[in-house]
Amino acid sequence: MGAGRLYLAVAVGGFRRYATYRLATAAGVFTNTVFGVILVFTYLALWEERPGLGGYDQAQAVTYVWLGQCLFATLAIQGGGAEKELMERIRTGEVAVDLYRPVDLQLWWLAGDLGRAAFQLLGRGVVPFLFGAVFFPMTLPTDVGRWAAFTVTLVLAAVVSFAIRYLVALSVFWLLDGTGVNQALMIAGVFFSGMLLPLNAFPGAFGEVVRVLPWAAQLQMPADVLMGETGVSGALAFQAGWAVVLLAAGRALQSAATRRVVVQGG
Amino acid sequence: MGDEAFIEVDGVEKVFDVRRRTGFLKRERRRVQAVDSISFRVARGEMVGYIGPNGAGKSTTIKMLTGILTPSGGRLRVAGIDPSRERTRLAHRIGVVFGQRTTLWWDLPLIDSYRLMHRMYRIPDARYRENLDRLVELLGLEDLLEVPVRQLSLGQRMRGDVAAALLHDPEVLYLDEPTIGLDVMSKARVRAFLRELNAERGTTVLLTTHDLQDIEQLCSRVMVIDHGRLVYDGALAGLHEVGESERMLVVDLERELPPIEAAPARVVKVEGPRQWLAFPASESAAALVARVAADHPLVDLSVREPDIEAVIARMLHSPAESAQVPREDVGRVIS
Ligand SMILES: Nc1ncnc2c1ncn2[C@@H]1O[C@H](COP(=O)(O)OP(=O)(O)O)[C@@H](O)[C@H]1O
Ligand SMILES: [Mg+2]
Repeated sequence: MGAGRLYLAVAVGGFRRYATYRLATAAGVFTNTVFGVILVFTYLALWEERPGLGGYDQAQAVTYVWLGQCLFATLAIQGGGAEKELMERIRTGEVAVDLYRPVDLQLWWLAGDLGRAAFQLLGRGVVPFLFGAVFFPMTLPTDVGRWAAFTVTLVLAAVVSFAIRYLVALSVFWLLDGTGVNQALMIAGVFFSGMLLPLNAFPGAFGEVVRVLPWAAQLQMPADVLMGETGVSGALAFQAGWAVVLLAAGRALQSAATRRVVVQGG
Repeated sequence: MGDEAFIEVDGVEKVFDVRRRTGFLKRERRRVQAVDSISFRVARGEMVGYIGPNGAGKSTTIKMLTGILTPSGGRLRVAGIDPSRERTRLAHRIGVVFGQRTTLWWDLPLIDSYRLMHRMYRIPDARYRENLDRLVELLGLEDLLEVPVRQLSLGQRMRGDVAAALLHDPEVLYLDEPTIGLDVMSKARVRAFLRELNAERGTTVLLTTHDLQDIEQLCSRVMVIDHGRLVYDGALAGLHEVGESERMLVVDLERELPPIEAAPARVVKVEGPRQWLAFPASESAAALVARVAADHPLVDLSVREPDIEAVIARMLHSPAESAQVPREDVGRVIS
C-alpha cells in the first residue's frame, strides 16, 4: 500500500517534470504535426501505387501515420525518456547515491517513465492525432470496448518501451559510454517499431521476424487493435509477454549492476 | 547510552580494482587502496569531523557506512546493522548529504521532493508535517518551497538537501563536504543548523570537509585520514598542537619598516609596507594585533586561518613529535 503511494508519487513527479517544459512541448506538437502531414502524403502516394499494402487501405494507412506521431514521444521511440537520465547518472557515478534510498530502482524508473509517457501522450500526442482525425480520412472504432482495449495496449506499449530502454541504459555500467548504444537504440527504435513503414508491410522472412520483436509491441500492436486488424487478446498477450521477459531481464541486469556498484563504486 | 558505540569500524579496508585501457586491446590493472585498515568508534550523539586531503578516502568511508559500497575487509556496524548487507533497512535510520550531488528533483519545486521523501520513508503524516515545518523554519526555506530546484543557488540547494535528509528523523547524519563551494553566509547558516540539530535532537553527525572552520565551529572531535589511513583521532586543539599549525597575520603599515618583532610571531615575508607574521594557531590573534598596533602605524590587517592541507602536511612531516603525543587532551595519533 505504502509502496503503491510512493511509486504513484514518482509517476506524478515524472508527469509534472515534463509539464514544466511548455515551450519544448509546443515545439514537439508542431514538429509531430508537420511530420505527420509529410508522412501522410508520402503514404498516400505509396498506397496509390500499392493498394492494400500491409493489409491496410488508405484510411488505415493515414490512421497509422497519426498514431505514430501521437506515440513517437510518448513511447520515447527514439529514446529520450527515463533512460537518458539514468545513463547520465551511471556515467557520473551519481547512481551510487540512488542506492541508499529505500526504493526499488527498476520500479522507481518505471514509475517516473510512465508519468513522463502520460504527459507526452496528453501534452504532445493528442493534438497531432486530433489534427489528423479532423483533416484526413481515418479509420477509428466507434465502440467503447475497442477504445478501452486500445488504452490497455498503450499502457503495455509504454511498459515494453521502458523495459527495452532500461536494459540499454544499464549496459552503460559495462560500456562506460552511452553514445553508441544510444544511437543503436534510436535507429532500432525508429525502424523496428514501424515508425517509417508499418511492420505489416515488411516482406518475407524479414517481415516475419520484425513482427515478433519487442518493438512490434510499441506501435504496431496498438495500431492494429485500434483499427481492428488483430485480435485483442492475442495482442495483449504478445505485449504482456515481452513486458514480463524484458522486465525480468532488466531485473537480472540491475542486480548484476548493483553488485558491481557496491563492489567497484560505479 | 552516551558511550555506547553507534558506529563501529574495525580494520575496514577498501581496495578498488581499476582497469584502464592503455592501448588497443591492452589493459592495465591497478589496485587502489582507498581505505587502509581504519578503526574508530562513534558514540550516539557525537559530532565528529572527518578531514583529509583530496583522495584521502573520506567519501569512500562514508559510502561504506551508508552501505552503498562493500568493504574489502574488516568489520563495520551502524546501529548494530551491517550496512552493505542490509542497506534498505538501514536507510530508514540514516540521513546522507553528498555536497556535490543532490537528491532533489531537479526540475520540480523543492516541496515536491519533500512529498516524495514522505512516501519513500513512509513518514507518518503528522510527523512529516511537524518535521517539515521545523526544518523549513530552521533552514530558512519558507520562500524556496515552490521554487524549482534548478533555480536555487548552491547554498539554497544545500539547505534543501539537508532538510531532505532529515525529514525521516534519522539517528545519524552523514555529510560529505556539505559546505564545499558555499558562500560565507550559507556556510554559517548550515553550521548553525547542524549545531542546533546535534544539541537539540542528539542526532549523531559525521561530516567530512576541507574547511577547518567547519570543524572548529562544530566538532569537538576530529579524525584525520590521509592516503586511506587514519592518522589522527582526537580533539581539534590537539590537532593544531600536533600539526604545530600556524595562523598568519597580514599587516599593512603606513610605510616600509624593518620586520616587526613580536615573538612568538615571526615575520615570514615583507613586501613594501606589507608584512606577513606567522604565529601559533593556539595564540590569541587579538593580543598579537594589540601588541603590533602599539608601536607600529597600522593601516589594515587580516588574519588567515591555517588550511587543512597545511596542518596535515606539517603533522605528517613531524613524526618525531607526533609519536610522543598520546596525551589525553591531545588525542590519539595513529602511525
Ligand atoms: N569507484 C572507484 N574506483 C576506483 N577508484 C576509486 C573509486 N572511488 C574512489 N577511488 C579512489 O580512492 C581514493 C579515495 O577516494 P575518495 O574516498 O573519494 O577520497 P576523498 O573523498 O577523501 O577525496 C582516491 O584515490 C580515488 O581516486
Ligand atoms: Mg570526497
